[in-house]
Amino acid sequence: MNLESLVHVCLAGLSTGMFIWLVASGLTLIFGVLGVLNFAHGSFYMLGAYCAFTALKLMGGNFWLGLLVGPLVVCAVGFVIERFFLRHVYGLELPYQLLLTFAFVLLFDNLVKIIWGAGSIGSPSVPGLSGSVNILGRFFPVYNLFIIVVGPLVALGLWALIEKTWYGRIIRAASTEREMAAAIGVRVPALFTGVFVFGTWLGAVGGALAVPYIGLLTPGMGEAIIIEAFVVAVIGGLGSLKGAFLGALVIGLLSSFGTRFLPAFDMFLTFILMAAVLLWRPQGFFGKAV
Amino acid sequence: MMLQVEGINTYYRKSHILQDVSFSVEAGEVVALLGRNGVGKTTSLRSVMGLTAPRNGSIRFQDREVAGQAPYVMAKAGMAYMPDDLKIFPDLTCEENLEIARRLSGRDGYWNQGRVEELFPVLGDRRKQLGILLSGGEKKMLGMGRALMANPDMILLDEPSEGLAPLVVDHLAAVIEAIRDKGITLLLADQNLKFCRRVCGRGYILEKGRVVHADTIAAIWDDEAVIKQYLAL
Ligand SMILES: Nc1ncnc2c1ncn2[C@@H]1O[C@H](COP(=O)(O)OP(=O)(O)OP(=O)(O)O)[C@@H](O)[C@H]1O
Ligand SMILES: [Mg+2]
Repeated sequence: MNLESLVHVCLAGLSTGMFIWLVASGLTLIFGVLGVLNFAHGSFYMLGAYCAFTALKLMGGNFWLGLLVGPLVVCAVGFVIERFFLRHVYGLELPYQLLLTFAFVLLFDNLVKIIWGAGSIGSPSVPGLSGSVNILGRFFPVYNLFIIVVGPLVALGLWALIEKTWYGRIIRAASTEREMAAAIGVRVPALFTGVFVFGTWLGAVGGALAVPYIGLLTPGMGEAIIIEAFVVAVIGGLGSLKGAFLGALVIGLLSSFGTRFLPAFDMFLTFILMAAVLLWRPQGFFGKAV
Repeated sequence: MMLQVEGINTYYRKSHILQDVSFSVEAGEVVALLGRNGVGKTTSLRSVMGLTAPRNGSIRFQDREVAGQAPYVMAKAGMAYMPDDLKIFPDLTCEENLEIARRLSGRDGYWNQGRVEELFPVLGDRRKQLGILLSGGEKKMLGMGRALMANPDMILLDEPSEGLAPLVVDHLAAVIEAIRDKGITLLLADQNLKFCRRVCGRGYILEKGRVVHADTIAAIWDDEAVIKQYLAL
């Protein structure tokens, strides 16, 4: 293997990884703070993609407007889910949460089929980010480079939000000691709604950004990505954003090298890694030991 | 009256824990809830703080009905709570644990970072240390300091003397007197009658979720029959 292919396999892995990270970040944030494993997060990704696509169409094809408006629409959906449904299962065991959020997955898959049709929709390219650049004599899509930059920016933003701001401090307090946070004056239900909607927004932005990347919108597109995001969240340590970021990098690179050298194995490698991590360190890279 | 609890019934799901519990605390008093393990002391404090809402009965705090109010409402109304297991925020430093309580309460007053560190000098030494890395005794002081930082009118202290060495218990008694002298009303749940005798004026004894005896601590201390029946191990 020469240097060019090495660099290109790495770049491909990085962009895949950063995509998974965008989705895993919201999933992880919601789990870390609310303690809810939200299966419907993949639906937020899908709805983000479709809503951004429609917003883009309605507003004269401007990708950036679609990116802005689409996820905001999905935030409203997230708000309703948390406020009127999820809130009632916080006190119950995990299976109830999984059942409820899974019900939403089915609901949204069908909703998308009803609104946008069951077939795939081709997506437009992004002015300024279309085409490819020559890197070491081979072409690499500009848009994927853009994603490689966006991923760490999102990570940096989340880190600053949680470690450096007043809201972050409240989030850190409430995610570890929910009752005590309430007893010193945190409106925990409102905080949870806020965090859930923010996590929803992250998932939806991931979907909106995926529109030009994957090029096709299909009902059920949330399922493949949510599985990878779950794997990443688990090996990183459920609830740890740092872990999810690192996990996404590892999984992205692994799948990229896997596709290049062991194409027959594909997702298999991902699950082998997950099994290995879980055997060696059941709580994941950065999870708290149980 | 600072706090008046009347005929509350509190449940954990189906088990009926507090049964018609009534007690009251005047402004400026230090009152104890006494009784053996599992009689409902913690549940009484949690009911007042709104962490486990009573199913019925009345709780008046500073002449306002608050039964069933959310904990954050109680906090902003001037009630602070130190749980028996302290619940120090593990990812926050000592200083942040204090500061967050002050800022969230929205109440300014005598107590601030400096005054709390004066009262508990060790908290000044540990200012940048994460909550998770504090010792049990340090956590207890931080738990009390965090309650003070809200500049509350009243503090609920669960098991303040538990697990402390005798010398530290002496210090704690002095601290509680100092807090009371600054005008804060206190309700303690504690099993250590000797300690309560030093800091409390009155006490209520609980047994199986009911208040079975109420008197001054001095009178309880002298009443061997009551001690034998309700408090002795
Ligand atoms: N979360 C809970 N779920 C169910 N029952 C509970 C719960 N917490 C406490 N109990 C029960 O309620 C009763 C009163 O408990 P509580 O903690 O109020 O007692 P306590 O007087 O504070 O005891 P201790 O001195 O051991 O702290 C006990 O019988 C206990 O088993
Ligand atoms: Mg107790």
